Amino acid sequence: MRNRESRAALLFLSPAIVILSVFFFAPVIAGFLLSVTDFDLYTLGDVHNLRFVALHNYRELLANPVFWTAFLNTLYFALIGGPLTVAVSLFAALLVNSKLTRFKAAFRTIYFAPVVTTLVAVALVFKYLYHPRFGIINIALGALHLPQPDWLGDPHYAMPAIILLAVWKGFGYTMIIFIAGLQNIPEELYEAARLDGAGAWGQFRHVTLPMLGPTFLFVGIVVAIGQLQIFAEPYVMTQGGPLNKTLTIVMMMYQQGFKFWRMGYAASVAFILFLVIGAATLLQMRMGEKR
Amino acid sequence: MLNVECRPKAEAERSHIQHSTFNIEHSTFAFLIVLLLFRCSAHPSDNREPLEFWALGSEGEFVQKLMPEFERRNPNIHVVVQQIPWNAAHEKLLTAYVGESTPDVSLMGNTWMPEFVAIRALDDLGSLSKQQSDYFPGIWATNVVGGTLYGIPWYVDTRVLFYRSDILAAVGFPHGPRTWAEWREAMTRIRDQKKSKWGILIPTNEYEPLTVLAFSAHSPLLNADGTRGAFSQPQFTDAFNFYVSLFHDGFAPKVSNAEIANLYQQFAQGEFTMYITGPWNVGEFRRRLPPEMQDKWATAPLPARDAGEPTGISMAGGGSLVVFRASKHKDAARKLIEFLSEPQQQVRFYELTGDLPARRSAWQSPVLATDTRFAAFRIQFERVAPLPKVPEWEQIATAIYDRGEAAARGTVAPKVALAQLDRRADELLEKRRWMLENRDEGRGRTATEISRIGHRARFFPRPSSLVPASPPGSP
Repeated sequence: MRNRESRAALLFLSPAIVILSVFFFAPVIAGFLLSVTDFDLYTLGDVHNLRFVALHNYRELLANPVFWTAFLNTLYFALIGGPLTVAVSLFAALLVNSKLTRFKAAFRTIYFAPVVTTLVAVALVFKYLYHPRFGIINIALGALHLPQPDWLGDPHYAMPAIILLAVWKGFGYTMIIFIAGLQNIPEELYEAARLDGAGAWGQFRHVTLPMLGPTFLFVGIVVAIGQLQIFAEPYVMTQGGPLNKTLTIVMMMYQQGFKFWRMGYAASVAFILFLVIGAATLLQMRMGEKR
Repeated sequence: MLNVECRPKAEAERSHIQHSTFNIEHSTFAFLIVLLLFRCSAHPSDNREPLEFWALGSEGEFVQKLMPEFERRNPNIHVVVQQIPWNAAHEKLLTAYVGESTPDVSLMGNTWMPEFVAIRALDDLGSLSKQQSDYFPGIWATNVVGGTLYGIPWYVDTRVLFYRSDILAAVGFPHGPRTWAEWREAMTRIRDQKKSKWGILIPTNEYEPLTVLAFSAHSPLLNADGTRGAFSQPQFTDAFNFYVSLFHDGFAPKVSNAEIANLYQQFAQGEFTMYITGPWNVGEFRRRLPPEMQDKWATAPLPARDAGEPTGISMAGGGSLVVFRASKHKDAARKLIEFLSEPQQQVRFYELTGDLPARRSAWQSPVLATDTRFAAFRIQFERVAPLPKVPEWEQIATAIYDRGEAAARGTVAPKVALAQLDRRADELLEKRRWMLENRDEGRGRTATEISRIGHRARFFPRPSSLVPASPPGSP
């Protein structure tokens, strides 16, 4: 009887198991196997030039200062850009969801529009906006007699410029999730809070935020995963420059893999990124459980 | 190939449409077929041999203008030019090779050649070497890997000295410095007489200035078979010390490319007097410097390390035309290369793009022979050396400027920086050493080819009368 039940369970699970193994476990294992070889340009010429190198790629990678630059840049991007995206999208969700707002659907669409636009096209437009002399941002700053930085050329401003673009591009998506979360909060809770004398801030602090807990967890994880994989924005706008200040982990992986064709080494970068993202997700889930 | 495959089908569909009533479904279908026909070739009715030619950057746009003449002379060949931006070209060519979709002919940066030879992607072009004596020897050598010719130089590129002639004339060097000693003397006078803020501009994130200094000091950069760095050897040390001293003595600002806001404006204002750069900047200087500056700048070949030599030695850059091994139209491909290499086509191409021709006879054309700014390039091209012909070169070049910058900024002592550079190069070249060691065991077919590479021939033997000396001015 038990045997039959578990067989039935296995049968129902099998599509998921098959899909997961084909599209998740197999590539991860293949990626790991690649990362313990020195697959490179010479291997491309002749497969006999492939060697098993154990963890040599990882050792070389961890000793490479460029990797740590990329790692810190990615953390910089994720730690500033991530919370900023969450904050902006929550703010926008509150505005759009407010009872006082008219044309809610129109605003939702407008804020969501950047998410569905093509990133490369957007990045090109932002390149014009950021142009040191003819960009509208610097023209505006000039009119206000503020300093006009060379946004993408100056090592100090390049990463903030890319964070701005990424936040603008991405906040609409998390805003929609927040709106859904907000609409799930029963109106009675606000009513009770008002009766107890809570003002707007009090209601937000003690009703909205706690009730959004699960939404925050989901948004946090999705944003963190997305931010740690940042690639297209710096690839189109700065190519990792100036002075490697916008070189991210995925960009480094791309350079090693497709520019120098060191596939084994690039796979080790990918695997480390996989571990970092896994760790970040676990950490957030733990924190979510505690709450 | 595609042409042959899709034509009959397309024609069949077309006749089918003529006999059927016109409706929306059919018009969509017809539209798709039209697209298909465009994909096949611009001339669906001809049966000319299609030749796929990848031309990179703006060259791809201009080379189209040379094609009608080629097709007139070769009526049975149709050239399909694909334009690919330079910064995506390298990856695109590599992935094309992996995906077995390489073109027939391609333009290629001549420093990429060793990589594509290592993956056995290129065809032997030995049959096209008849005109070799008309080419600059250093440039030609970049196309020879392991004794085999894999590319024909199409246009050339090197680095020379650009300078403010008014400022250098004021300190006694109206024609530019001829030796490193004169160079240092000129910069000292500029600094002491406050003629300009900086004697020379050397962006710290470029490997080219340090590399041409090393070439001028007769450093081979790597050992003979390209398996280890030769950076701690006296020649490179000599160049490295000279390079570092330029920053330490206050001749050059410690800035990277990214920190230079407007190069042309700063040059016009006399912020710096000299600059090591390439031929594209001749056009840029003409366009971007104000009119009153136009007779106040000039170009000169690189200064020689020692008085016994005519000039310094610069690097052989530029683009070459290659034929891919997988091509099915190798004869047509060779015809195209021969056509593009004709002196009159090279001159025409120069007029279209500003790219300098690879053949000496093309340089006799009045448009080039009378241009005083290019005269320095003409002299320099006779003394250029190929960069090390190993696929790892680009990564080694990154390490070169990285350690150069560290020493220039004073974060590590020059000696330590050089030891680090050797260690990094040895690390990157480890695979090459392994392949060479294992070639006797019959492992790795490329190993034997690699072993013949001997990455660089000695081009310009150092005058025997001159003993290695410490750079002028260093303690």
